[in-house]
Amino acid sequence: MKLYLKIWRQKNASTKGQMVDYTLDGVESDMSFLEMLDILNEELISKGEEPVEFDHDCREGICGTCSLMINGRPHGPDSMITVCQLHMRSFNDGDEIVIEPWRAKAFPVIKDLIVDRTAFDRIQQAGGYISVNTSGRPVDANAIPIAKEMADKSFNAATCIGCGACVAACKNASAMLFTSAKVSQFALLPQGQVEAAERVENMVRQMDLEGFGNCTNTGACEIECPKGISLENIARMNREYLSASVKG
Amino acid sequence: MGVLDSREPQGPLANKWTNHKNEIDLVNPANKRNIDIIIVGTGLAGGSAAATLAELGYNVKTFCYQDSPRRAHSIAAQGGVNAAKNYQGDGDSVYRLFYDTVKGGDYRSRESNVYRLAEVSTNIIDQCVAQGVPFAREYGGLLDNRSFGGVLVSRTFYAKGQTGQQLLLGAYAAMNRQIQRGKIKSYTRHEMLDLVLVDGKARGIIARDLVSGEIERHSAHAVVLATGGYGNLFFLSTYCMGANVMAAWKAHKKGAFFANPCFTQIHPTCIPVSGDHQSKLTLMSESLRNDGRIWVPKRLEDAQAIREGKLKPTQLGEEERDYYLERRYPAFGNLVPRDVASRAAKERCDAGFGVNKTGEAVYLDFSAAIMRYGREKALTSGMKNVDDNTIRELGEKIVEAKYGNLFQMYEKIVDENPYKTPMMIYPAVHYTMGGLWVDYNLQTTIPGCYAAGEANFSDHGANRLGASALMQGLADGYFVLPYTIGDYLSDDIRTGPISTDSPEFDEAEKNVTDKLEKLMSGTGIHSVDYYHKKLGKIMWNKCGMSRNAKELKEAIKEIAELRKDFWENVKIPGRPDSKNQELEKAGRVADFLELGELFAKDALERNESCGGHFREEYQTPEGEALRDDENFKFVSAWEYKGEPSDAILHKEDLVYENIKVKTRSYK
Repeated sequence: MKLYLKIWRQKNASTKGQMVDYTLDGVESDMSFLEMLDILNEELISKGEEPVEFDHDCREGICGTCSLMINGRPHGPDSMITVCQLHMRSFNDGDEIVIEPWRAKAFPVIKDLIVDRTAFDRIQQAGGYISVNTSGRPVDANAIPIAKEMADKSFNAATCIGCGACVAACKNASAMLFTSAKVSQFALLPQGQVEAAERVENMVRQMDLEGFGNCTNTGACEIECPKGISLENIARMNREYLSASVKG
Repeated sequence: MGVLDSREPQGPLANKWTNHKNEIDLVNPANKRNIDIIIVGTGLAGGSAAATLAELGYNVKTFCYQDSPRRAHSIAAQGGVNAAKNYQGDGDSVYRLFYDTVKGGDYRSRESNVYRLAEVSTNIIDQCVAQGVPFAREYGGLLDNRSFGGVLVSRTFYAKGQTGQQLLLGAYAAMNRQIQRGKIKSYTRHEMLDLVLVDGKARGIIARDLVSGEIERHSAHAVVLATGGYGNLFFLSTYCMGANVMAAWKAHKKGAFFANPCFTQIHPTCIPVSGDHQSKLTLMSESLRNDGRIWVPKRLEDAQAIREGKLKPTQLGEEERDYYLERRYPAFGNLVPRDVASRAAKERCDAGFGVNKTGEAVYLDFSAAIMRYGREKALTSGMKNVDDNTIRELGEKIVEAKYGNLFQMYEKIVDENPYKTPMMIYPAVHYTMGGLWVDYNLQTTIPGCYAAGEANFSDHGANRLGASALMQGLADGYFVLPYTIGDYLSDDIRTGPISTDSPEFDEAEKNVTDKLEKLMSGTGIHSVDYYHKKLGKIMWNKCGMSRNAKELKEAIKEIAELRKDFWENVKIPGRPDSKNQELEKAGRVADFLELGELFAKDALERNESCGGHFREEYQTPEGEALRDDENFKFVSAWEYKGEPSDAILHKEDLVYENIKVKTRSYK
């Protein structure tokens, strides 16, 4: 198939970027979206032009590196997948495809389609852990029975891949879904109770400091999340936050 | 012993680790504050080592090429992590895990290291649960287990098909705690380009900031390489796109011996290649072999009709299918180890029984499991006179609960529903057992340079068992290295900070910048990927699932020629002093072009078949691997001497005192 691509090109963080048009022929339906971009890049290199830089690594939907806005939707038109799992069979011959980086103040562009997501790391550093020593001798793993239902819920929250699609989808560029997934993972487990109040307060404070917007319950994040992280987590985080502030 | 001293502790096997820990030197907490450690790679091994060393009080600097430590490729491990907990009461023990691992590795791993691995495996689970890793549980609230290939017990802990993700996020969280305390400084989007030696000791690295292109000097009292495996040598593999051998290879060129480079794991259950555009392969977890049955048609004409699209697999009856693993290996059936399963698939496809367009695929079929689970569910729910369709629906739900994310992944890639039609799978490069040679302390042949996780060679011999990579990464990082590195660093308590303003750092930096310039100055005919794909084809065709002397010799010659061509004609647009993904790739491929030759040389030198290394000249009349313990019961450790062809082979003899070496049989 033949495609008309409009791609955001930006040399570096301090240069102004722009949309650039490319026409790409010979795309097959069983190629992945990123393989389509590989082919475009091979063409650009052979012409002596700089290839389009985009973030990607595992190419199997789990590392959370890939991060493209495709026709205005994070990770493209299909649901429950990342860009690297998107295949060209979701497009038709002659389609125009607009490809942009995540757009959010807290995710500045590094180059072309690559953004800086270290704000997410700093939110995690503010409290996304249980303070146990890794070199110590903890109790036997089965000494803490956990109801399957709670363990499964905690697991579901923990499957967040930190890609940032939630932020990109949100009109406020809010990071509530991301932050609440980690808060929930621990809030649902007995191991996480000890530091629960401190954790939610610190993580939310860092989230605000980074310049992410507030949540207005639109729910776009949940729809675009490639891992199906539920809005329930945001509700849980708000509860945790309230109860932490009451405890003061 | 030669130049290789494995420093294995004396005494009975079961006491070695405890005795060793009692005897090695420690660094007191106040002195740890004066010691710096660099860790390259932040996957399970690097991340867990960083967290633990920082917690002990050392100053840690971590480096990863990804934009966050959380993205290391350990995250993609699906199936699980082994531990000799014996929670199922099915006869598991530390000794049995040790035995299975040594046997699974086809008697090419070091006894004492493997025993220690089995011994600390139970701590891993305790540790991870304490950290809040949400493992799968049973309804009673206790941890659940499943089985994996090559063993007869159920000792694998898991978190759906995302165990690696959950364990890595656990290690990442532990790292974050230390970053917040200021004990770890994390450098992301940084790549190590060289190791710096001062007075023969590893004292730092040269790194490139991948965003600014700036070349940086970083010093430390010790350097830990936890940079994973080198499977991307084959271009197509289940590795992430950025996985590379640069750090390990640079250490090799500075004096670290490279062990068993030809020991590569080709995983039997991956999604087959669909075309030339393919950039990577996707694994379907081995846990699927618990419930999936592998088969090809019995008759050649049926296979042909399927390839031509004239026949569907579901139209073939039981008697028309060849469940070749169950036929050849009745004791282990579909759960034979990976090397055995991969070779058997290749054998059937080579004989013309392949089932996709290219003839390189076999079926992994869940229909029997779906019906079995469905009937069980109908019984336990008290349903009577249930028809087959309802049973199938009930069964599909159970299978979905177990492997839902894998089935979804398969459907997204292949566009076929694996609940209704059998999956197509084919072997793909997945893991490298070979790596930097290390002693019992995980120290390479360079003092102060350590290798952990997949980057070292020590635990898996010639074939790794499923769910053992996560175990080894975390064992090395959480429980082994933090002890053993102290033994070396105890001599450094008075050294003080290492200066980066030294002739050694000057020289290393100059070498790095010269090399980058040389890469950029190619006349520019072909892209980096062009060379990488060519190398991959040579490796897959001549150094892949089966090897022979003639083709290995050809490979050596072809790789050397390709390397020469690469340095003369590679085309890299852009500049070295800014973000440049092509330049990043070029540096990695340059190293693969050297390692590839050493790989083939190692495979040529090893005149036997063992584990993942199958030499066509050495097989039984039934086509099984023929090991030669008399002549090859050793670790090949290669010393760098300029060109790969000049590398010198050193041998570490493997001594088995606690396990009887015998022919590996899964029949």
